[in-house]
Amino acid sequence: MKPVVAVDNVQITYVDPAGRRFVAVDGVSFEVQAGEKFVIIGPSGCGKTTLLRAIAGFVAPSRGTVLVDGEPVREPGPDRAVVFQDFDQLFPWRTVLDNVVYALAVTGRARGRAAVDRARSFLRLVGIEAAADKYPHQLSGGMKQRAAIARALAIEPKILLMDEPFGALDAITRTQLQHELNRIWRETGVTIILVTHSIQEAAYLGHRVLVMSTNPGRVQAIVRTDHVEDMDGEAFADATRRLRHLLGGEAQVRPVPAAEGGGKP
Amino acid sequence: MRGELGLARMRPASVPGFLRNPWVRRALILAVLIAAWQAYVTAAQVKPLLFPSPAAVAEALARDLASFSIPRSTLTTLQFLVIGTVVGAALGLLLAAFSITSPVGHDLLAILTSIFNPLPGVAILPLAMIWFGLTPTAIIFVVAYATVWPIAISTDMGFRTVSPTLQMVARTLGLKGFRLVADVLLPAALPHLLSGLKVAWAFGWRTVVAAELVFGVAGAQGGLGWYINTARYFLETPRVFAGLVVISLLGIAVEYAFRLVEFRTIERWGMKKAG
Repeated sequence: MKPVVAVDNVQITYVDPAGRRFVAVDGVSFEVQAGEKFVIIGPSGCGKTTLLRAIAGFVAPSRGTVLVDGEPVREPGPDRAVVFQDFDQLFPWRTVLDNVVYALAVTGRARGRAAVDRARSFLRLVGIEAAADKYPHQLSGGMKQRAAIARALAIEPKILLMDEPFGALDAITRTQLQHELNRIWRETGVTIILVTHSIQEAAYLGHRVLVMSTNPGRVQAIVRTDHVEDMDGEAFADATRRLRHLLGGEAQVRPVPAAEGGGKP
Repeated sequence: MRGELGLARMRPASVPGFLRNPWVRRALILAVLIAAWQAYVTAAQVKPLLFPSPAAVAEALARDLASFSIPRSTLTTLQFLVIGTVVGAALGLLLAAFSITSPVGHDLLAILTSIFNPLPGVAILPLAMIWFGLTPTAIIFVVAYATVWPIAISTDMGFRTVSPTLQMVARTLGLKGFRLVADVLLPAALPHLLSGLKVAWAFGWRTVVAAELVFGVAGAQGGLGWYINTARYFLETPRVFAGLVVISLLGIAVEYAFRLVEFRTIERWGMKKAG
C-alpha cells in the first residue's frame, strides 16, 4: 500500500542569528501508512518538532524528500492540519464555534448553515459543544486544545500533525486527553503524526514510535507499540521500558548540551 | 476596577450607598470646583472681561448652541479631524503593511519615523499654507501628517508581535496576501492599532485646533479654533471659555468612545494588553 507520508533521507539545516549553519535533522527516513498513529519521540533539541514542521511545509529540507500522497511538500496546506502545544493557536477574536466555521469556510470545505452544522458535530466529537459560544480566553487549557483538535479535524486533513499537543497541560487533564485522542482516532480513523517527549504518551498512543537521537537528530529506532491497549497491562510496561532504555542509553552516552536544549527554533 | 489606588478602596463601610458610584463622586467634585469658581468670581469682583463666571460661560454656551454657531464650528473641526485621520490612518496602515512585507519597507518606516516623529504637526503648518494656501486642504494635510506616524509605528509593532503559532495556523489554512492581513494580522494587531489610534487622535485633535487658531477661516466656515479666536478678537471672554468647554467635552466623548470600542473588542476577546 502506498504510504501517506514518505520521508526519505531528509536533512534539515538552520542558520542561527550569528550566521552559523547547524544541522538539526540528518539522514531521517520513515513512512507513515493511512490510518496509522505515528509518534516521534526524542530528547529536547533532537529536531522532532523541526521534522514535523517539514511535513507541515513550514521548513524545507536541505536534502532528501518529504512526500505526502506521493507529492513533494512545497508549502503548508489544509491537507496537513497542525495542532500546536501553545494555547494561543485559536483566533482569540472568534468564538470556539466561529474558529471552526472560519476554518471550514476559508478552506472551502463548507459554508453557511452546512459549516455551522459540521463545526458543531466536531465540537461534539471532542466534547466541548457546550462551550461553542465562548471565546478562547474563557476556556481552560485542556478545552483550548480540544477546540484546536476540533478545528484541525473539521477541515478533514489527510494527516493530523500534533506538536506536543498536551505538553502544557497538567497531568490529569493530559491523561484525559490522551484517552480522548484514542477515542477520536477510533471514530475518525484519521492518520496522526504526534511529536512528544513523554514516554508514556508515546507507548499508549502510538502504533509505531520513532525514537530520535540528538545532535544532529537521527533515527535511532522505530518501535512497534500497536499491541498496547491500555496503560495498565504488561504490554504498556514493556513498551515504556523499551523506549526508556533507548532514550536513557542515548542520554548517558551523549548528554544534550544546554545551548541546544530549546528544540524550537 | 481599573487604575484606582489600593488606598482609595479602603473606605469605611459607613459611606452612604450613592457615594459608592465613582461617577456620582466625580460629578460631586466637579460641582464643588464650579461652585468655588463662581464664589471666587463673585467675592473677588473679577472683571468678567478677564475671567467670566461659570454662569456667564453657561449662558454664552447656551446662546451659541441655540444659534447653531457652536454646532457648525464643531462640525467643521470634526470634519477636518475625521478626513485627516482617515487619510493618515490609511497611509499609516500602508506603510506598516509595506514594512512587514519587505526589508526595504522596514528601513523606510524606521527612517521616516525618526525624521518626522519629532516634528509636531503645527510646525509644518506654515509649509502647508505655502503649498495649499488658506484652504481646508492645508488643515487636513497637517492633521493627516500628525496622525500617520503614531498609526504606522504602532501597527507595524502590532504586526511584528503577532504570535508565530497563529501565523502558522493561518498558513496551514492556506491564507495569503490580503486575506492573511485582513483576517488574521489586523485583528491580531488590534490592541496595538487601537493604542496607535488613540495617540493619533490626541495629536490630530491638538493639531486641528491649533491650526484653526493660526488660520482663521479656511474655506467657507470656521471651526472651533476659529470660533475661539473670533471671540478673543471681540473680547467676548465668556465665548472663549465656551469654546474651551466644548473642546474638553468632545475630548471626553471621544475617550469614552475608545473605551467602548475596547470593551466590545479586545477586552471581550481577552486581548487587552497592560498599559
